[in-house]
Amino acid sequence: MSGQIPLVDYLVLGDEPHLEASECTSCGARYFDRRNACASCGAAGEDQFRSVAVPNEGQLKAFTIVSFAAPGVPVPFVAGVIDCAGTSVRGNVVNVEPDADHVRLGMKVRLTTFAIGEDGEGTEAIGYGYEPMEAA
Amino acid sequence: MSEDIWILGIHMTKFGKRPESDVVDLAAEAALGALSDGGVTMGEMGVLAAGNLMGAATGVGQMLQKQIGQTGIPVYNVANACATGATALRTAIMAVRAGECDMGLAVGVEKLAGAGLLSGGSRKKDSDTWEPSGRYGAVAPLDGRVGTETMPGVFAQIGMEYGHTYGGTDFELFARISEKNHMHSTLNPLAAYTKAMSLEQIMGDVMIAYPNTRPMCSANCDGAAAAVVVSDSKLKTMSLEQQRRAVKVAASVLTTDPWEEACQILPDVNTLTRNAATQAYEQAGVGPDDLDLVELHDCFATAELVHYDNLMLCEQGGAVDFFESGAPFRDGPKPVNVSGGLESKGHPIGATGIANIWEVCHHLRGEAGDRQIDGAQVGLAHVIGLGSACGVHILEKAAA
Repeated sequence: MSGQIPLVDYLVLGDEPHLEASECTSCGARYFDRRNACASCGAAGEDQFRSVAVPNEGQLKAFTIVSFAAPGVPVPFVAGVIDCAGTSVRGNVVNVEPDADHVRLGMKVRLTTFAIGEDGEGTEAIGYGYEPMEAA
Repeated sequence: MSEDIWILGIHMTKFGKRPESDVVDLAAEAALGALSDGGVTMGEMGVLAAGNLMGAATGVGQMLQKQIGQTGIPVYNVANACATGATALRTAIMAVRAGECDMGLAVGVEKLAGAGLLSGGSRKKDSDTWEPSGRYGAVAPLDGRVGTETMPGVFAQIGMEYGHTYGGTDFELFARISEKNHMHSTLNPLAAYTKAMSLEQIMGDVMIAYPNTRPMCSANCDGAAAAVVVSDSKLKTMSLEQQRRAVKVAASVLTTDPWEEACQILPDVNTLTRNAATQAYEQAGVGPDDLDLVELHDCFATAELVHYDNLMLCEQGGAVDFFESGAPFRDGPKPVNVSGGLESKGHPIGATGIANIWEVCHHLRGEAGDRQIDGAQVGLAHVIGLGSACGVHILEKAAA
């Protein structure tokens, strides 16, 4: 076993996998990617951002079921936006039938992780998604 | 306050498959048409702004000059996503308003027929070693793994988010918006598609990204549109007929997304549109109630719904009721997309912003033929590009 690597660097693996946002120490705006300065308040500096854990549970506030995508992207899949206690997160809704009877706006979901493949050195990449917290 | 700006001449090509014409041919057709419509020549233009997204690096403006007149004037090649055409027009307006010249030409053009799904990026073969890259430190492409990057999917979520916030939306409601626009397009001979579609046909067609089926998505096609703008003082020196047909640019506004919590992960097409509309109404001194018609950016049926609200055609949260009331139908009190919209008229990206203005101008001039909205005095044209840019223009019929 050569270990694991997260699909994105804001996914923290380990015993309790979770997402970490980069939070502006001046205004509290949160980002998942690297920023040169805060897009909200404009502040910039060495210690402008700190890592904060994003709650693993949230509410699905928008979704679509993608049936037609670029070559190589398996379809159908459910793409969504999850409100995790005020922090919006983009992610797929997984472990659910990809149809409008099973995916509902406002449904409670929680973070889950899964392997997306191994590279030539046996390192496993781990992705994330959100699964329904209760049966549909 | 600087002087008023007028649209003196405007032209739109037939939208659709135009295999016989290249980008420059289409741009030339639109530009020459607009010059002719305004009764002026290329030699009188003091600025040229050329909008084209897919060939943004190729200098379409200069290529166009070689076809219709190299007069040495400044050329701006403009690219601003789906707001490219509106941005080109605004560039010409700014030059005239700044007093750098008294007339300018804006062109928007795109060859998109058969382009297929835009902006999703094909997934490259995953490398043999996971190597974090980019600002997310991703070891593999994210489209399909962390949500969707395709436009139908992004705009589907935008409509669904509206439904989550305000309620009242479902698959059929969005399909009925599309049904309206396809029905409107039957009266537009320049539209890419001019056939009405039944609700059953629309809902039963290929699903692209729920709840958007194929006819609920904008139609990729070829096309161009162009406009000649003129200063108020210059227009006053022109013939009475030119003055009578000139359309007043009562407002020309361009905005981008201000920071919002959620817009970092799903583009927020709402705030920048609402901001643009607010500024435009203020500039023009009119309100939504004064509009006789609206051409808005229905790149997807889900988008049209949210823009009823964003353009303040209804009260906040009231877009479903607004549609259900029949208001946005061509025989309703606030006709929206009587051209057929992007879903049926078509969406040659770089041309769309000017094409929407072309439609409004023709109603204000009483030259819209079978689809004329009688007595139209004021109209609004809206486009949005991701991510992000929003153009809103309010146009008024000449007083004379």
